Amino acid sequence: MPTTTIDGHEIHVDAEGFMTDPEEWTEVLGKSLAHQIGIELTDEHWRAIRFLRSDFHEQGETATLRRISVVGGIPTKQLFELFPQKPAKKLAYVAGLPKPHGCV
Amino acid sequence: MTSTPAPGAVETPFVPSFGEVDTSRKLAIICSKGTLDMAYPGLVLANAALGEGIETHLFFTFWGFDMINKKTMGDLKFTMLGNTATHMPQGLGGLPGMTALATHQMRKTIADLGIPDVPEFLQQIVDSGGHLWACRMSADMQHLEMEDLYDEVEDIISASDFIEKTAGAQLLFI
Repeated sequence: MPTTTIDGHEIHVDAEGFMTDPEEWTEVLGKSLAHQIGIELTDEHWRAIRFLRSDFHEQGETATLRRISVVGGIPTKQLFELFPQKPAKKLAYVAGLPKPHGCV
Repeated sequence: MTSTPAPGAVETPFVPSFGEVDTSRKLAIICSKGTLDMAYPGLVLANAALGEGIETHLFFTFWGFDMINKKTMGDLKFTMLGNTATHMPQGLGGLPGMTALATHQMRKTIADLGIPDVPEFLQQIVDSGGHLWACRMSADMQHLEMEDLYDEVEDIISASDFIEKTAGAQLLFI
């Protein structure tokens, strides 16, 4: 499994660059990951990130946008504003989780 | 001239390439069917494309109008009749109540997967930036106006207007 170093944090990543070990993630690292993809995190970003992390912990898989809006209570429109163009994948990346596998 | 990294230089971090979204890519989906099972492929693909940052347009025509007609959109049905992929005797599908039963079963299977019903799915598509268009000829045939259609439908347009709006798009006919 390849590793990469982001802001001094060495992390394990898959072939696309997503983290493979959620335990390596910290909020400080999350901020660095967001910075790498051009996102400055606000409280609203953190709300989504924390939901995704806790839901992953409970479900064992990354929530889809549908689940984030229905279960996490964060409207779809807002997710597209916070993480433009590819919200599900960008959010998963910043939260240090695999990209979601569900279709909807 | 060769350049060697300065001592202590940090290697470039390996980051997924989200930045390389192809903004010229567009998807146009023509929804021409009004059965529950044939409503979903277009909705699922539109939702997936929007999630990848692709501009997406849906054009509802002929029976596909049932997906955006306020009177029918929440009540699409699935029938075994004429559908050999259910692998059940065709005669069974014609028994009274069988379409209602098959519809109920399919709705339950879809809901159990956390997938929304048709009206809610359309709202999700619009919230994700998708565009909904209604076909002029279908509206005329069914004597329907904008007020009869789902509120998020942007307009009733002619086939040629749709072709013009989706210039350069990849097109799916469902």
